[in-house]
Amino acid sequence: MVETREAGLAAANRRMVRRLLLVTAAMFGFGFALVPLYDVLCQVTGLNGKTSGRVAVVEPMKVDESRTVTVEFVASLNLGAPWEFAPQVTRMQVHPGQFYQTHFWAKNLTNQPMTGQAIPSISPGLAASHFQKIECFCFNHQRFQAGEGRQMPVTFRIDPELPPDVRTVTLSYTFFQN
Amino acid sequence: MSTASHTTDHATDHDHDHGPARGLSRWLLTTNHKDIGTLYLLFSLLMFFIGGAMALVIRAELFQPGLQIVDPYFFNQMTTLHALVMIFGAVMPAFVGLANWLLPMMVGAPDMALPRMNNWSFWIMPFAFTLLLSTLFMPGGGPAGGWTLYPPLVLQTGSAFPFVILAIHMMGASSIMGAINIIATILNLRAPGMTLMKMPLFVWTWLITAFLLIAVMPVLAGTVTMLLTDKFFGTSFFSAAGGGDPVMFQHIFWFFGHPEVYIMILPAFGVISQIIPTFARKPLFGYASMVYATASIAFLSFIVWAHHMFTVGMPLAGELFFMYATMLIAVPTGVKVFNWVSTMWRGAMTFETPMLFAIAFVILFTIGGFSGLMLAIAPADFQYQDTYFVVAHFHYVLVPGAVFSIMAAAYYWLPKWTGHMYNEKLGKLHFWLSVIGVNVLFFPQHFLGLAGMPRRIPDYALQFTEFNMVSTVGAFLFGFSQLFFLYNVIQTIRGGAKATDQVWEGAEGLEWTLSSPPPYHTFTTAPEIK
Amino acid sequence: MATSRIAHGGGIALGAALSLAWSVGAHADLTLNMPQGVTAISHDVYHLHMLIFWICVVIGVVVFGVMFWSIYHHRKSRGAVPAQFHESTLVEVLWTIVPMMILIGMAVPATGTLVRMYDARDAELTIKVTGYQWRWQYDYLDDGVKFFSTLSTPQAQIRNLAPKGEHYLLEVDHPLVLPVGKKVRILTTAADVIHSWWVPELGWKKDAIPGFINEVWTQIEKPGIYRGQCAELCGRDHGFMPIVVKALPEAEFRQWLEQMKKDSTSQTAQNDSRAPIVPGGQTL
Ligand SMILES: [Cu+2]
Ligand SMILES: [Cu+2]
Repeated sequence: MVETREAGLAAANRRMVRRLLLVTAAMFGFGFALVPLYDVLCQVTGLNGKTSGRVAVVEPMKVDESRTVTVEFVASLNLGAPWEFAPQVTRMQVHPGQFYQTHFWAKNLTNQPMTGQAIPSISPGLAASHFQKIECFCFNHQRFQAGEGRQMPVTFRIDPELPPDVRTVTLSYTFFQN
Repeated sequence: MSTASHTTDHATDHDHDHGPARGLSRWLLTTNHKDIGTLYLLFSLLMFFIGGAMALVIRAELFQPGLQIVDPYFFNQMTTLHALVMIFGAVMPAFVGLANWLLPMMVGAPDMALPRMNNWSFWIMPFAFTLLLSTLFMPGGGPAGGWTLYPPLVLQTGSAFPFVILAIHMMGASSIMGAINIIATILNLRAPGMTLMKMPLFVWTWLITAFLLIAVMPVLAGTVTMLLTDKFFGTSFFSAAGGGDPVMFQHIFWFFGHPEVYIMILPAFGVISQIIPTFARKPLFGYASMVYATASIAFLSFIVWAHHMFTVGMPLAGELFFMYATMLIAVPTGVKVFNWVSTMWRGAMTFETPMLFAIAFVILFTIGGFSGLMLAIAPADFQYQDTYFVVAHFHYVLVPGAVFSIMAAAYYWLPKWTGHMYNEKLGKLHFWLSVIGVNVLFFPQHFLGLAGMPRRIPDYALQFTEFNMVSTVGAFLFGFSQLFFLYNVIQTIRGGAKATDQVWEGAEGLEWTLSSPPPYHTFTTAPEIK
Repeated sequence: MATSRIAHGGGIALGAALSLAWSVGAHADLTLNMPQGVTAISHDVYHLHMLIFWICVVIGVVVFGVMFWSIYHHRKSRGAVPAQFHESTLVEVLWTIVPMMILIGMAVPATGTLVRMYDARDAELTIKVTGYQWRWQYDYLDDGVKFFSTLSTPQAQIRNLAPKGEHYLLEVDHPLVLPVGKKVRILTTAADVIHSWWVPELGWKKDAIPGFINEVWTQIEKPGIYRGQCAELCGRDHGFMPIVVKALPEAEFRQWLEQMKKDSTSQTAQNDSRAPIVPGGQTL
């Protein structure tokens, strides 16, 4: 009688441990699952001004001539990399729906070939999901010969759905050296 | 609430009841919940003094403006390790130690459900902390990026980095094993008749805490693993260069970190809910609402994490959500405080040392709660964030909060554990010095923060001098008065007036039906619960 | 009984000590509180802070008052006989609902302030602030003016070899100059690790995160010099990268900017991020 009760208890304990270890493993996995979840959240809410990558299908949009949005261009270098990096113009007046192109200038200041990668960030974050890049130097690694400098294009459009109280959008690139 | 009959005498002639083994192997190989509880408590006391010594280094450097004692980089190592040692080495193991000693006795079980795992989960800890503290002597020094381990800064750590991560994994594994054991004990080993809603509140709060541990410690393990792969295996979870985001680390970290705060305070609520009724000689007011309040605090703790990150630049909707959710926590926390006060109301109170610590807990924890409410207000937090106001806030919650509850528990159950009464006069002296010291230490830090002093700086502008001096004086007063505690505990273990079985006139619960000290094995036959 | 007298006396002693701390602070002209600041937002934040503070004080006085009354009157040594009540649905519901109401009362003004803080529309000037280990860089985007701002307190003062100056650790070689009365948008980012740009008189801080850009705005009401510090741990010299904002009337600001544009080539756009931490230099 006592034997069976103790055996039953041991079995119950084993079951409990198994279940709780399963929960532990699941929560460990959940930690990693937060990574893609976070990306989805960023896309939806514009958290942190992360932009989506290349627009797959360029759908036509109605150009809203009545509205003007200021787009600011900002360039930064990470870790004081030995580069020159600057936008061609600091700001542009654009109509939502219309395509525009501008350039960023980058120059390798060393005497060796170097590769860099520009990471975009948009402010305010709410505007990020309404900012479409059709062509951008930030889609690829950029390789520069020693001392080489060149203009790099970005083609973009602002979605007319951009919330009406956003009047200025900042497009910032940080240049990371690989 | 419940009484047991003739259990203690019976146990003596039961064949399981051999005494403890002799010598070192008793402690190394023990699977006895009382031994392991003792080990945890002593380990935690050691860590409390090590972490406290680091705090005194910090406060000594901050006594005056200018750099006097340590290099800024070493200062950063001190702030980082002080936090890690106090959180994972002092406060959490102390509560696990209390759980080991008390849970089986409170629910009428012979031991913890998984005694061997219990042994492992303790013995991981000394190794984890030896490893962590040894990083101080590695090239590049110990971790200096803050206990929050924010990348990219933490990736600048020297050769200590992988060892810090390993140490954190070990602490996490220990906590998870401890939590599994606690849940299994509470859910499977309760004596017949001990229904969930008859369990003492300390048991309830620990049950909920253990679930929190299992939910969030693995998340911490996951995120520090990502740090490791970012540093050594070329992933870029947290580096913008590879499409990652350092802010994501903060989100995942605080998803662990906020519940962690409650892991350190819910068992304290449990302790206080045991002590106040005893010395008020009146049952706990609102037992059921205490249980529900604890559960709702635990639930809310999962949806408020970003209040630690109001200044990272979240969208307005995010700020509002986390502000409202955080403010809501004030409601169940308030319920607890009101219940404690109502328990005292029209009781017949006496004020032995455990009660003094419990009353100080209620007042000073509530002050920490008030500053917490202020910090919840996002626009005001844009000023408070990362200042000494925050330092004052969480130290009020953790020192006269969690630590005072542990001391109250130690004085309250020490006669039961050792069979001897502690020295009441010395206990009171320790209490008064502690309560004065802790306020002199932390209260001025509110002013420093509001006046503009950032946290984690080794040197400061001249207008912060006076309050920093006061704070440092308080720190040394508080630190050295803990030696009275140490002395009192040692003396009580060695001898003293014989404690009765009930120890306190108003004490109720199964553990008080046992002899003082209780036999090595208790409740080998389950007690009857009325 | 001796114990209860000690408890009671102790409570009074603690209260007295705290109020003494307050009054000493007030008389010694020490800074005890958040500054009111020099922007509309910083005033809002200050008043919000004070509102919540006083609500907490009132709640504290009531709750602790009841508790101390009970501690005094319901002592065993005074012959108190314990009551046995242990629940009351009415009061328990009440003290859930009343705090809810109070919280709503706090949330309303807090929400309003937050919404105003997020409204960065129609700024007239944009400045990019970049955090480096361990100094700041200011970039007036539309004017091509860009310079580093580094701690100017001499090492000797930090090492206690010279007497400390009035603005010890809160002085820089080149302050950020802003116009008074204009809405200025500030973009924060960082070049290495996370920093946080904070001037208490402006009412907020904002993290500067490598690879990302954050925006905030300010509109300073009166000319003056406002000092702050990096607020996010950023390594060894986190405590040594102060912020100084010099707010000038519009005309003087324009003059300063023109001057800066003229000699921009000579003193700006140095990209070396590893300068010595505490160079001497002209002090503001
Ligand atoms: Cu939190
Ligand atoms: Cu910093």
